[in-house]
Amino acid sequence: MSIINNINKVFDHRIRLGIMSILMVNEFADFKMLKELLEVTDGNLASHAKALEAAKYIKVEKQFIGRKPNTRYSTTKLGALEFKKHIEALEKLINKQ
Amino acid sequence: MSNEDYLKNISEIKHLMNKSSRFISLSGLSGILAGVYALIGAAIAYWLVMEYSNGTLILDGTIYQLVMLDLFLIALLSIITGIFLTTRKAKKHGEKIWDATSKRLVVNFLIPLIVGGLYILIILGQQKYGQTGALMLIFYGLALINASKYSIGDIRYLGFVQLILGLICAWFPGYGFWLWVLGFGIMHIIYGTWMHFKYDVQG
Repeated sequence: MSIINNINKVFDHRIRLGIMSILMVNEFADFKMLKELLEVTDGNLASHAKALEAAKYIKVEKQFIGRKPNTRYSTTKLGALEFKKHIEALEKLINKQ
Repeated sequence: MSNEDYLKNISEIKHLMNKSSRFISLSGLSGILAGVYALIGAAIAYWLVMEYSNGTLILDGTIYQLVMLDLFLIALLSIITGIFLTTRKAKKHGEKIWDATSKRLVVNFLIPLIVGGLYILIILGQQKYGQTGALMLIFYGLALINASKYSIGDIRYLGFVQLILGLICAWFPGYGFWLWVLGFGIMHIIYGTWMHFKYDVQG
């Protein structure tokens, strides 16, 4: 059952998986970039980002570019590790069947 | 979740990783045209040197300046064509032309290219021009390899080919002109054609 244990409930959603995928290959991404790539609404993205932040899988930095507020997201070490485990578990599940 | 859902998850992850980190709308056609410009430019330079300079190039002469202008025009035309065709392709795919991925691609491509360009200009100023062809090929190859991390991976191979040609050119500077024609002209046409059929035609 160890394979099933590695399937991470926190990632069990298309948008959360999407946010993680983008942050794994980019040093950071801002809210607008994530929104455009995932094609989701502001509220939807914000709530899923919050869930990942609560799990300490991503880091959120709020800053100002000129006068505009800008929210920057990046993965934490824990998040990257858990995501890798999750992907490996997914791959094993697919190969098994 | 079923097996199919997992597969869909994985493919979506891959797609997002690529889309968010690589700019893939480079046009193959612009590669072909860059090669054609290089061949025409090389033919003009060859003709100028043979006809008016007895087959040798003297620095600071008029012919030298014309050849430099010729080189500059090849580069300029290639860049304009590249930007135009790539913009067109990006639009067709509903992608933004100037976003984080294309900026990163341009910056990483330009770093070796500008350093190389300045280096070539500096040593030309010191009357050392035997290695110009080799240096152009080598720095261009490094620029392509550096950029390949942020675009279609295949441009890495073109980069390696240019590097090898550059090193051969350094060994046999006498064939510099022909190796330059091979690298910037013929290789661009071959590579562009390959890319065109691999990525452009089906889309």
